Amino acid sequence: MYLRNALRAATAMTLVATAAAHADTLTIATVNNGDMIRMQGYTDKFTEATGIDVEWVTLEENVLRQRVTTDITTKGGTFDIMTIGMYETPIWGANGWLVPLDGLSEEYDVGDILPAMAGGLSHDGTLFAAPFYGESSMIMYRADLMEKAGMEMPEAPSWQFIKEAAAAMTDRDAEINGICLRGKAGWGEGGAFITAMSNSFGARWFDEEWKPQFDQPEWADTLNFYVEMMNESGPAGYATNGFNENLSLFQQGKCGMWIDATVAASFVTNPDDSTVADHVGFALAPDTGLGKRSNWLWAWALAIPAGTQQEDAAKQFIEWATSKDYIELVAESEGWANVPPGARTSLYENPEYQKVPFAKMTLDSILSADPNSPTVKPVPYVGIQFAAIPEFAGIATQVSQEFSAVYAGQQTVEEALAKAQAFTAEEMEAAGY
Amino acid sequence: MARTVTTQRKTLNTALAWAVGLLIFFPILWTILTSFKTEAQAIASPPIFLNFDWTLENYAIVQERSDYMRFLWNSVIIAGGSTVLGVIVAIPAAWAMAFVPSKRTKDILLWMLSTKMLPAVGVLYPIYLLFIQLGLLDSRGGLVVVLMLINLPIIVWMLYTYFREIPGEILEAARMDGATLKEEILYILTPMAIPGIASTVLLNFILAWNEAFWTLNLTAVDAAPLTAFIASYSSPEGLFFAKLSAASTMAIAPILILGWFSQKQLVRGLTFGAVK
Repeated sequence: MYLRNALRAATAMTLVATAAAHADTLTIATVNNGDMIRMQGYTDKFTEATGIDVEWVTLEENVLRQRVTTDITTKGGTFDIMTIGMYETPIWGANGWLVPLDGLSEEYDVGDILPAMAGGLSHDGTLFAAPFYGESSMIMYRADLMEKAGMEMPEAPSWQFIKEAAAAMTDRDAEINGICLRGKAGWGEGGAFITAMSNSFGARWFDEEWKPQFDQPEWADTLNFYVEMMNESGPAGYATNGFNENLSLFQQGKCGMWIDATVAASFVTNPDDSTVADHVGFALAPDTGLGKRSNWLWAWALAIPAGTQQEDAAKQFIEWATSKDYIELVAESEGWANVPPGARTSLYENPEYQKVPFAKMTLDSILSADPNSPTVKPVPYVGIQFAAIPEFAGIATQVSQEFSAVYAGQQTVEEALAKAQAFTAEEMEAAGY
Repeated sequence: MARTVTTQRKTLNTALAWAVGLLIFFPILWTILTSFKTEAQAIASPPIFLNFDWTLENYAIVQERSDYMRFLWNSVIIAGGSTVLGVIVAIPAAWAMAFVPSKRTKDILLWMLSTKMLPAVGVLYPIYLLFIQLGLLDSRGGLVVVLMLINLPIIVWMLYTYFREIPGEILEAARMDGATLKEEILYILTPMAIPGIASTVLLNFILAWNEAFWTLNLTAVDAAPLTAFIASYSSPEGLFFAKLSAASTMAIAPILILGWFSQKQLVRGLTFGAVK
């Protein structure tokens, strides 16, 4: 009898202890990038203030995407908070897989989130993820090389100007390539760049009836322009260059211009890593005069999977991590250049942050991106460098592989576009569009 | 009659073997060297080989950011557990196939091996759902079973090959002396096949240690092994090559040391029965 009671008591205590431990610990899946790693370092402050412990699962971006997608679609319940992007948020929100972020506190000031970010992280007007940091894309260029070439970068240049400037800045003997752009296969790598670029040429992925548009002249114009410019002024082997490869080239002074994520501005102006930190200028992503520029819009955001047992604690954490106070905490310890950019309007109104050299151009780039109207002609999808439909990632990966084969000289633009058209049409039909 | 090998040819063969060995080892050497560079030196072009300021900063950062010992311990348990369990299951299976084969033994062996040809992602969802139902997500026990099942065809194949080299008459003699099946396998067969079993254990331990699909997809915090530790330092947007190299060096160090000390057994086992 005594033994039975003791066992019951022990079981009850274990259950209570397990429940208590469970309730006090949040498991967060996140990507490995500078801002997210920095946040992990400040987690103790959150735990001190709330008594809630945090366990981090940090993964490479593509691994993370597969991991959290598997977990949320099977209702695995492994994570209490997931770091997701603008592509997943509206799709998952529409499917009811995420907890709506309503009822956030007044101090949090949800209205301060940049409208472009809030729009891209919402479905039917409901916010499903809070942006931790946001980015667009812009031109980063070597002011000294531009001057040497006898040219001056306008604040909002055209693609024609970029092509001419790239040719003028190229000096093969000195290993300087006029322009470095992504060519690597993958929907988030070269696929994102060429899609954003194609918007400025008036191309689109689908018409209003969801019919693929690779057989239209705008796509041929985009690819022909890109290939001609890169063959003339780009680095050798650009077909396999992504963000990191181009960052490395630019930091070592081997690129005259680089058009990529605004978040790269802090890397190329950091004298510890960049040999050209003092010579970098910024400009808006180019256009062709059709009314749309070639910049994208992206945010890494924190979302709560539906079914978590710790919704309140998760909301508490998200409010803390994406708050104005967190930005000030980082600024106090590490300076304004290191705060997470692109999420809040108030950051860009702060006179201290306005002194950061790339702050204005980042904001201008973000504000000029409209995910609801990404290109010249009307489209049925939301998203600038992607179409926010579940089928897009698979299709765009295949299409970008065809494009990379063109960059590598393995096939012609016409062949790649014909294959892209056929493949996309087949996939969309199979998906019931 | 033994072949005579000239000194010149011997030297040439030795040089060739060293060259091939160094070529194969070079990526690992480069990873180790990069782990002692700064991030800027890690991406320098042309690449810097030895002439740089050596730093331990990356190791310090990795140690500070991650609980290395927890990842290491999980790797040891998962790789060790799956290998031991696999050998326990495979020895009787390989015995049956080697000494009492049926008409379908060859077909069964081929079928077992064919399961290795299915891309792992094809069964991710069924296994994930099974793990949710059984409460095995992020548990070392669950991974031990999965990795054991994944490596089982290789273990059975290897043991089957080694057992076939052992004369059946010895086992028959043991049986005539009154040995039971258990005694025959435990006291006669297993000791005779120790080199083969040792190399099987080592090879499968290495395979389980390096397995990165299931260990990344079925773990989060509690059971995450060193593959997850490495994955946390890789990034498509940001330069982390030096830190990634430090994390990789820390992850492969234990298995490199194990391989170094057991290379004699490994080679002996892999060449077991090759020369009659």
